[in-house]
Amino acid sequence: MTSTTSAVTREEVDALAQAKRHFNWWRILLYVIAIVFAGYYLLPLFLLVLTGLKSYNEVNLYEMWNLPRSLSFQSYIDAWVGKEGIQGLGRNFGNSMIVTVPATLISALLGAMNGYVLSKWKFRGSDIIFPLILFGMFIPYQSILIPLVFTLQRLHLYASLGGLIFVHIVYGIPVCALIFRNYYATLPNEMLEAARIDGANFFSIFTRIMLPLSAPGFVVVAIWQFTNIWNDFLFAITVTNNPAVQPITVALVNLAGSFSVEWNVQFAGALLAALPTIVVYILLGPFFVRGLMAGSLKG
Amino acid sequence: MKGKGWERWVAVLMVLPSIILIAIFVYGFIGFTTYVSLTKWASAAPDFTFVGLSNYQRILFGSGIETQRFYIDIRNFVGFTSLFLLSSIVIGFGLALLLDSNIRGENLFRSIYLLPFALSFIVTGVVWRWLLTPGTPELGSTGINKLFEYVGLGFLKPGWFTDPTVYYIHPDQGIGPFLNQIGLGFLTNANWGFSVGTISIVLAATWQLSGYVMALYLAGMRSIPHELREAARVDGANEYQIVRHIYLPLLTPITLSVVIILSAISLKLYDLTVAMSGSGPGFSTDTLAYNMFETTFKATRFAWGAAIAIILLILVSVLIIPYLRYSLRSETAQ
Repeated sequence: MTSTTSAVTREEVDALAQAKRHFNWWRILLYVIAIVFAGYYLLPLFLLVLTGLKSYNEVNLYEMWNLPRSLSFQSYIDAWVGKEGIQGLGRNFGNSMIVTVPATLISALLGAMNGYVLSKWKFRGSDIIFPLILFGMFIPYQSILIPLVFTLQRLHLYASLGGLIFVHIVYGIPVCALIFRNYYATLPNEMLEAARIDGANFFSIFTRIMLPLSAPGFVVVAIWQFTNIWNDFLFAITVTNNPAVQPITVALVNLAGSFSVEWNVQFAGALLAALPTIVVYILLGPFFVRGLMAGSLKG
Repeated sequence: MKGKGWERWVAVLMVLPSIILIAIFVYGFIGFTTYVSLTKWASAAPDFTFVGLSNYQRILFGSGIETQRFYIDIRNFVGFTSLFLLSSIVIGFGLALLLDSNIRGENLFRSIYLLPFALSFIVTGVVWRWLLTPGTPELGSTGINKLFEYVGLGFLKPGWFTDPTVYYIHPDQGIGPFLNQIGLGFLTNANWGFSVGTISIVLAATWQLSGYVMALYLAGMRSIPHELREAARVDGANEYQIVRHIYLPLLTPITLSVVIILSAISLKLYDLTVAMSGSGPGFSTDTLAYNMFETTFKATRFAWGAAIAIILLILVSVLIIPYLRYSLRSETAQ
């Protein structure tokens, strides 16, 4: 009797152990897949860093995957300051900063204003105007490039950093309005009504209540705009035909466009172009994800 | 909110500058581009002689290189988008499921998967162009092909974006004659084929955007109530059944968004093409957006470029307008 019971128990234990083992194998497989995909996403970036650290005599396309034998930062230096036959990207990095920072700040401010009105002060027709504004973020910009060049030339903004800043502010209006509108919609109307009873008006509600609560909205918009403007290529190549005012994406394409430029310098340049957005991404990751949800219209 | 009379006026004044800018720079400019597309303008000097729809006629129904290129671009778009959607959705959904199954280091993995999304298409293009540079038979393979050699796949030696091959049904081979008989002979044409070169662009685009798809699906999965899964488990459903009968149906709106957003990105694909391959041999990696830019600003055929841009706008609008209506309506319904 006892022996039967214990036999059953042992069977049960075995079954449990087997289930557990099966379970573990399944878990291990999950981790293997997770790590393989991490490799897939990191490998090209790893190659960027690796190649930039190789010295010139080690840079050989056929030994692309070999680890460097000694560390050299020459590729990064050449990509930044340039050397014979290569225009360094340092100045273009500066141009990108000069464009990106003010355009980001101004579009965030405009976004807050538009979002405030479109969420809390709906007026007649605002429900029609909002989708019309929003449509502007989805259009292929090819459909506005010809008049854009024409207009900027007339305004004497063509081929200037100011012109590019202006363009990014204008075409950033829809997404910034969307993000702030969705963010302000989460702030309860009762709070505003209460402030009104205390005598607050249109402006004081905005400056004393909405703006102080807007930090998350500003961070999301700032990251979104910073990344998009820094990474922009189409507007930059259309508006700035002059190398002195080109942002880094355009300069990188020019650098990479010629196969005669050593590819280690191209890779070093690509890493320089990628660095600011990578830093923003690493420092402010969670906000980045929120902006990205807004980009797909989900608030 | 209901305010005093002056407040309502001020509210309108606050958004007015933005509304005017959008009215001019989006709608006015689209109008101007449409106007240009109806003119003769075909050199650096503007020529606004009105020619009606003849530019569209020439691009859509002509017999010159511009017509061929247009249909090649459409072919590339269809091939590219199908593969790109398939790979991004499979990888994105799979990775979201993976991260949703309580694995350790979830935050780290998620950050890594999404990292490429923070980069520009230009950086992605530069890196992937070198990764997919096939090397030469004399000197050996480079990039990915070198990795293929390490794992014993060296014999494949794909040409990637340098490969001009287009797969299509030949009129006198396979089912070609049969299609001809039943009146579908027009399908036996390279314009209904698949350009191998686009695979390279798909690889780079998938690398950059599949993490984004993952993030969208993951957000969707997190909004599925936990009780629903537990209840299904109690009823004896296995993991596959839970995914098949709970996740998939509930995530359909997200799949729809992904399909629309990625298709719109494919239509507008320009940066990646510039940085990787340009039009490619025989336009094998050409896109409508790239075609528009070259036609307009390199060849200075402004009227044709404008016509291509308007066709591109119509194609994007067909995708985006119903999506916007659907999104905003479901928003007000909430």
